[in-house]
Parts: sequence; structure tokens; C-alpha cells
Amino acid sequence: MKLIQKIGLGVFLVALFIFNSLLFMGSYQLTEQKLKQVTSEQSFGILKQELQPMLGKTYSSSFSFASAFNKYFNAYNTRQQENEQWDRVIWDDYKFAATKAASEGFVKNNRLLLLLLTIGLGTFGALMHILPKYRNEPAGIKHNGVMFSSNKSRGIIGITLGVYLIGIYVMLYWFPEYMVNWTLLVDPLSRMLTGGPASQWFLYGTIYTLAILVMGVRMFRKYRDNKYQLLRTSSVMFFQLSFAFLIPEILVLLNKPWHDFKNIWPLDYTFFFDYRVDSMLSSGSIGLFMFMWGILLIILGVPLLTYFYGKRWYCSWVCGCGGLAETAGDPYRHLSDKSLKAWSIERWMVHSVLVFAVVMTGFTIANYFTGFELLGQWTNNLHEWYGFLIGAAFAGVVGVGFYPLMGNRVWCRFGCPLAAYLGIVQRFKSRFRITTNGGQCISCGNCSTYCEMGIDVRWYAQRGQNIVRASCVGCGVCASVCPRGVLKLENGPEQGRITDIPVLTGNESVKVFS
Amino acid sequence: MKMKEEKLIGEFCIRSKARHVVIIGNGIAGITCARHLRKRDSSSRITIVSGETEHFFSRTALMYIYMGHMKYAHTKPYEDWFWEKNRLSLLHDWVTLIDFEKKELQLKGQELLKYDILVLALGSKPNLFGWPGQELKGVQGLYSYQDLQNMEASTTACERAVVVGGGLIGIEMAEMLLSRHIPVTFLVREQEFWDNVLPVEEAQLVGRHIREHHIDLRLGEELDKIQDDGNGNVNAIVTKAGEEIPCQFVGLTVGVSPNISLVRDTQLEINKGILVNEHFATNIPNVFAIGDCAEYRTPPPLRRSIEQVWYTGRMHGETLAHNLAHEPVPYQPGPWFNSAKFLDIEYQTYGLVTNKWEEPLISFYWEHPDGKKCLRLLFDKNTRQVQGVNAFGIRLRHDFFDKALQNNITVEQVMEQLHKTNFDPEFYDRHYEEILQAFNAKFGTSLRLPVKSKKKSLLALLGFKTHR
Ligand SMILES: Cc1cc2nc3c(=O)[nH]c(=O)nc-3n(C[C@H](O)[C@H](O)[C@H](O)COP(=O)(O)OP(=O)(O)OC[C@H]3O[C@@H](n4cnc5c(N)ncnc54)[C@H](O)[C@@H]3O)c2cc1C
Ligand code: SF4
Ligand code: SF4
Repeated sequence: MKLIQKIGLGVFLVALFIFNSLLFMGSYQLTEQKLKQVTSEQSFGILKQELQPMLGKTYSSSFSFASAFNKYFNAYNTRQQENEQWDRVIWDDYKFAATKAASEGFVKNNRLLLLLLTIGLGTFGALMHILPKYRNEPAGIKHNGVMFSSNKSRGIIGITLGVYLIGIYVMLYWFPEYMVNWTLLVDPLSRMLTGGPASQWFLYGTIYTLAILVMGVRMFRKYRDNKYQLLRTSSVMFFQLSFAFLIPEILVLLNKPWHDFKNIWPLDYTFFFDYRVDSMLSSGSIGLFMFMWGILLIILGVPLLTYFYGKRWYCSWVCGCGGLAETAGDPYRHLSDKSLKAWSIERWMVHSVLVFAVVMTGFTIANYFTGFELLGQWTNNLHEWYGFLIGAAFAGVVGVGFYPLMGNRVWCRFGCPLAAYLGIVQRFKSRFRITTNGGQCISCGNCSTYCEMGIDVRWYAQRGQNIVRASCVGCGVCASVCPRGVLKLENGPEQGRITDIPVLTGNESVKVFS
Repeated sequence: MKMKEEKLIGEFCIRSKARHVVIIGNGIAGITCARHLRKRDSSSRITIVSGETEHFFSRTALMYIYMGHMKYAHTKPYEDWFWEKNRLSLLHDWVTLIDFEKKELQLKGQELLKYDILVLALGSKPNLFGWPGQELKGVQGLYSYQDLQNMEASTTACERAVVVGGGLIGIEMAEMLLSRHIPVTFLVREQEFWDNVLPVEEAQLVGRHIREHHIDLRLGEELDKIQDDGNGNVNAIVTKAGEEIPCQFVGLTVGVSPNISLVRDTQLEINKGILVNEHFATNIPNVFAIGDCAEYRTPPPLRRSIEQVWYTGRMHGETLAHNLAHEPVPYQPGPWFNSAKFLDIEYQTYGLVTNKWEEPLISFYWEHPDGKKCLRLLFDKNTRQVQGVNAFGIRLRHDFFDKALQNNITVEQVMEQLHKTNFDPEFYDRHYEEILQAFNAKFGTSLRLPVKSKKKSLLALLGFKTHR
């Protein structure tokens, strides 16, 4: 590693340290005025009373503040529930907003400086580490030492990072009030884009996008002689920055519903939820367009594009989950399990999630038309469970937190219902395949090792068989790392695509049916 | 039993249902033979004895383990349950003696093993030419998994390494050492890298690339002796020119030869390798040899008598498995093919491209201005028939050339179908026009690629056309 790269890494770690320590800085004090700003008029009246003991009191951490807030808040709600005063229960969640409003002192007063010192400096350090990579080295595959790296091979660093990421996700989904200081940093950016203060989701979106962009630059360095990888990476960077980050926030600025035009049901599992449909249908022509476009993607976009190009058009060129996996997750791609057993678990799991999503959506739509007479409570339960299990725990905590433990596509492989849908099309009606180059395979195993979807590519290649697998996201890395030029992703006639009885080229003595 | 066996002499092999087929060697040849035999014959007992590793692994991937691209487990082409499921018994042991009369094997650590049919797939071993000091610690070849472990141990504190011998394993060893930031001096006896196989332009292209990686490539230099540090470790080499190069590791990669010490001085007929006929039968009934260790009594047309590559080992295994299960067919490989990778540059060859040629053979050579890609076609001046093709930095389609060479394709036909020969990934620069122009300029032809119509390119965009 060059000196400048080491400095870059050091700078990044310093920034990361400062970033984490922010969570423990400043003090928290809620006043009546602040409370008023973040609550509805009706709730304010109640909470003013209930929270009286903590108003004006200074707490030294978000943890103590949030637990006090919870104590009083829950006490009130429990009382109402016990008395069956359902209409007086406060259903809105003010924890995050109240904690954020209460945060005072160092962080709040130095937002810009701290933004620069954390996210700014972190980005700078990361780029300083990444940009000089492979300089003065001839272009080629760069996997030297991957298996010796503690970070990339489930060593102490990898496991620590995994635990850290899991922690962050748990906080993000279930305890956002602990990370209000982070959201304060991006408030100015949020006000600029959306006109409002930053939620934890805005913060998440910002960092997520930055991660894709910065690690995308890493991909540019790593694959600088490989046009397929360069184009694909540019594509996910573009879609993340514009479609997933900027456009939705600008829509909010324009008083339209937040909408990611490239997100497709059932990955976008709330698409048919009543509040989403209502907000789209009540937002004029643009809302109507959102709705129609979303449906069009499901019934035409997915099958047609997948027929022509395979599921890669989405999974490794457009999708945000795929975008993160292909950039930030790239160092971990070899950690996927290639065993036959993992494949069978994968098929069960991913298709079960698809069924779950379809059933849930079916209920939702049926209910929508029956005015929630039928199974209303059931549907709500389904929504909650799906959101908890699949939307948060699986897609978030496991999906990203497990990068350094089980590879970068755990979610895409085992959990994503859209991937399951795309995969069914790809397997049964598509022109996409990975062609095997006759008898040239030497069974070295690079392709299988670096397949993030855990496909045992070599199994096919060494018997001269084309690879047609539902899960293949067409990242093209197997073809890039193959030292013998055996694999080629291509779209072509359906005839001869699937070779059930492959014949290895080269031996004329016997027709070898592998 | 005895009677039955005698009756079978003269036939190809014992065909009884419960025959015990023992294969020595779990490399690509032995394993392919076992797998295919099992597919065709469910009743035979099949045992594979091998001393190197318990399971079949890919020898060609040894370098990647050292470089940290893969772990040993990644190089195993089949999961460990595969063997039992297919009733292939594995014996992890060394065979020390074969009694061809009694049809039994002596093993190093286990009991005698009886066989009805014996397949020898013993592989190769690195050549050593009796250099003074070649037995020192830190001096070794690279063939087996044990060699890799030794190399790992010998290079932990190595400040300079020397690799001797400019072949495919030599360049791999140099690349391996480089991946650990160990400076490498590469002694190559020939005037250009691997120019006993490659024509001079290709040899120079690879030579340039080796130097680009800061490998100290010494062409036309030979090893004289290896010096010791007083404790039995290497500390320098001396070249024939008298130069002393201090180093802590020496890789000797001057070719391999059949690993036949096990069968030397037995009734088995050997030369450099174990002599076999076109069905892989040796002079002893029910004993066969395949892979690197086999030597054809009469080589197939255009082939050498010993073929030491992965693909041929595999094809031997396929063919012998067929012969043990059905009416024997002679070994008949299709057009020669091979591939390798020199650091970052991939190499593929189809048919026969020799390092030198004579009329009526002539050559067409195109090289990209960046000096890292090239294409060569060797063909007959009069019949225009292509004899072979070399490609560096460009991937070619095996199926295309396999058929084309069998159908005696002409060089002009190849030129007009360049887009069909290409196997590079999508979006890569194609060089068809440049190559064609160079060809037209050299041979005064006016060949053209099929015109790409507007309609067709729209279809191509939709994925309807795979090539160009
Ligand atoms: C580093 C390296 C890279 C290579 N790269 C390529 C390449 O890129 N492309 C290519 O085409 N070829 C390549 N080759 C050559 C190729 O690997 C060999 O041709 C092929 O592996 C030979 O297979 P085989 O089955 O004949 O023998 P082997 O793979 O050598 O198997 C023989 C086995 O038998 C065992 N054995 C021998 N004697 C005994 C005994 N007495 N008792 C028990 N076991 C015994 C050995 O230990 C060994 O495990 C490479 C070789 C090396 C060393
Ligand atoms: S098979 Fe190849 S292209 Fe498909 S997901 Fe695996 S590595 Fe990517
Ligand atoms: S990387 Fe290439 S040569 Fe190696 S196993 Fe895969 S297809 Fe075969």
C-alpha cells in the first residue's frame, strides 16, 4: 500500500471515529416550545402534561433522554389502554422528533463543521485511499491476498465490521432516536432538497448514495480495463444518485409523494398499501403517472426486459440494493456459499418470500375494494410482520450487515421477492445465458469463488454447459475473473440456450455427455 | 476365477459385473475416468487411490491459492459428498509397489488392495537437471500440493527469488512471487520468452509484459549452480555467464516428465512414459494408463507422443471410461487447443501454430498498437487452408475454430467471419475492421465483413443478434 493510501485510510478511520463519537456528545433538553414544534396540537396538549417532569431537565445522552421520554409517554398510553380509552391513545411516534429537537450543545452548534469532519472527511479519506489504487500497475484482475485479508475473509476486522453494520441497522429501524445527532448533520442538505429537516431515512439515503458513489470509484479503478464492469457500475451509480436519492426528495419539495421510479413491486412491497395508493392518486397527474408507471413496470417492464437481457438489466444495472452490493459489497462477493445445500435453501426461501409478498398484496388489494371490512386486522398484521421480518430484518440488517459474513448478495439471493420474479422469467423465458467456451475450462474455480450469488459456475463450465440460472444477476464477474476466457454473458436465440446434455468440445473419440 | 480371466486375455478388459477397477491418481485424468465409468457402469467397484490430497483439486489453480485468490477448498471441483454419493471410494494413500501377477497393490499405510482392472493416472513430476545445489532448502519445482506448501514456507522471509526456465509454470511462479511483493529474477535460456513454442512476435509481446510487471527477465541466460548459506539453505545462484545473484528461493521450472518411478523395472513397458496403444492399453492386460504419465506408441496425427495438459488428461479419461464400459474406440482428439494466461494477458490457441514454419505455410499477424493484443493465423499459401491460430488479449470461440479447422476453413473465410470468432465480453472494443484492413493490405485482397444494416443494429440493441 502506498503511503498516501495509508494516510487516506487513517483519515477515513478518524472520520469514522468522530462520526461514532457524535452519538455520545451534546446534551438533551426538551422544552415546551420544542415539544410544540414536533407534535400535533392535540398531542401537544396531552404531552405537555405528561412529560412535565422532564421538561427543562437536561439529560446527558440520547439514551437517558429517550428512556425517560418512553417512560412517561408509555405510562400515559398504558393508562388509556387499560381504561379502554382507545381514542385517547397517542398512536403517533414522537420519540425521534422529540429527541432530535431536544439535542443541544456541541453537535447542534457545529453542524457544518462536524459534517465536514465526519462525512466530508470520511469521503475524502476513502477517495484518497481508493484513487491511487493500482496506479502504475498494468490493468488486470486484482484479487491478490483477498483470502488473507482479515476484512475480506471473515477475520477479526470483517466480523467487527459486520457486527457494527448490524448495530447500525438495528438502530436505524428500531431506535432511530439514538442517532438524532447524525441526522442533525444533514439537516441543511435536507432543507435544501426537501425543504424539511432530515429524518433518519434521509440520513440513510445520503450515506447509502455516498457509499455507492465512492465505492463505485473503487470499481472504476479495479476494473479499469473492463468495459462491461465500467458501464454497469456507472449505471448503478447514476440510478442511485438520481432516481433513488435526488428525484424523490425533490418530489417532496414539490409537495408530491416521495417516489423512487425505479423501485418495483414486490421489492417495493408497500406499493399497493392503501396509504401509498391514496397519496399517489391524490397527487394529480404526476401521482397518476407514478401509479401507472409502477404497474407497467410490473406487468410489462419486468418480463420484456428480462426476456431480452436477463434479470441483470435490473439487478446489476439499476437496482439500489444491487447497486450497493456491487460497489460497497464487492470486496465480500466471494463469501457467498456455493454448496448445493445453500442453493436448495435459497430456492425455498426466496420463493416463499415471493409468495408471502403476493399473498399480502392480494389481501391488501381485496381490502382496498371492500373498504377494509374483510380481514382488515389480518392485513394490518401481515403488513407489520412483512415490514418487520422482510423489509427491515432481512433486507436491512441481514442484507447489508451480513456483507462481511455471508457475502454481498444475501438479501438478493435469499430474500428479494422481485429477484424471485425476475429469476423465474430469466430461467424459463429469456434470451440471456452465460455461454461456455467449448472445452477450455480448467476447473480452476475462480468463477465459482467470485460469484456473489453462490452459483457454482465451474460445475457448468467444466462440462461445457451454458449457465442458465434463475439467480444469476449478470454481474459478469465470473467472466472477468476466468483466466481462460471460458465465460461470456450474452443475449441470443432461445434455441440451444439450455443445454441439458452438454457435449464438451475437443474429443472426437466419444461424444461425451457430461 | 482364474479360468475366466484366462479366457478374457486378448479381449480388451475384464467385463464381469463385480469387477474392481482401481485407479491410481486422483488428478483430472483419473477422476474423469472414474466419473464417466460410473455413469456408464453402475455395478463395478471403483476405487481411487492417491497420495497427494484426499480429494480431487484443480492443479491448474495452485497458483491462485498462493496468491490469495482462493483457498484450497475453492479449488475442489466437487463437493466432498459427491464421491460417496456416486460410490467412488477414495483411498488417501501412496501406492508403493504393484504386483501385476497377483494383481494387487501395496500401500504405504494400509492393507493390500486387489484389483481386476488397474488404471494408472500418475501425472508428472518436475524435471531436475542435476544442478549442483538443487537439493538445498528453498529450491524446488511446482507441481504438487506439497510443493505449494513448501513454497509457502520457503518464501515467508524472502528478499529475492529466482525462477529458472521460461515455460508456463515458470511464468506462473514469477507471478505468484510478485503477488507477495518478492522481487523476481527470471532466467530463461531461450532468446525470447517461450520461443520454442511461440513465434517471435508473440514471444516478444509476452516478454514486454513481463518486464512491465518489473520482473527482472534475463533472456539467453542459464543456471550453472546454486549456492548454499552453510546451513543447507540457498543463498545465491550463479549463471553460466558467471553472475552471482543472491536469493533465498529458487524455482526450477524446466518442464515436467511422466511420474513413473512406481512402475520402473517391472513388466510394464515404458519409455519416457507408460507406453499405451490408441485405446490406452499397456502391454499388460487389464492395465491402462492415461493423462500426463501415458506415452502413445503411435501418436494421433499432429500430436506429440506425450501430452501434458489438463484437456488431454480429461479426454483420455473420457475415452478410457468409454472403452472400459463399451466396445473400445480409439483415442481421437479433435483439433488441438490450449490456453494460458501470462500475468494479465490471456492466450488461446487452436490448431497448430509452431514457432517457425516453412513454405507453403505462411502467416498473417496483427498486433494492436498497445502491444498487448494480437492475432496470428498460420495457413497454406496455395490452398489457403488455416492450420492454426494464436490470440493474445482476445478471446476466441472454441466451437467456431473446432468446426472450422475440421472443415478445412480458408484464411479468407475466417477473415470474413471475424465477428463469429470473437468471444470477448460485451462492450469490449472489437478490432475486426483493423484486422481486416491489415490483412487486405498485406495480401492485396478486398475482403469485407458482412454489412450491418440499420434494421439489424436495432435488433442487435434489443439483443436479437449475439455477434458484432
Ligand atoms: C502449476 C501448474 C499449472 C498448470 N496449468 C495448466 C493449465 O493452465 N492448462 C493446462 O492444460 N494444463 C496445466 N497444467 C498441467 C496439468 O495440470 C496436468 O497436465 C494435469 O493436471 C495432469 O493430470 P493427471 O491426472 O494426468 O495427473 P495429476 O494431476 O498429476 O494426478 C496424478 C496424481 O497421482 C498421484 N500419484 C502419483 N503416484 C502415486 C502413487 N504411487 N501413489 C498414490 N498416488 C500417486 C499424484 O500424487 C497425483 O495426485 C498445469 C500444471 C501445473 C503443475
Ligand atoms: S454467474 Fe457470473 S454473472 Fe451470474 S451472478 Fe454469478 S458471477 Fe455474476
Ligand atoms: S474460472 Fe474459467 S477456467 Fe476457471 S473454472 Fe471457471 S470457467 Fe473454468
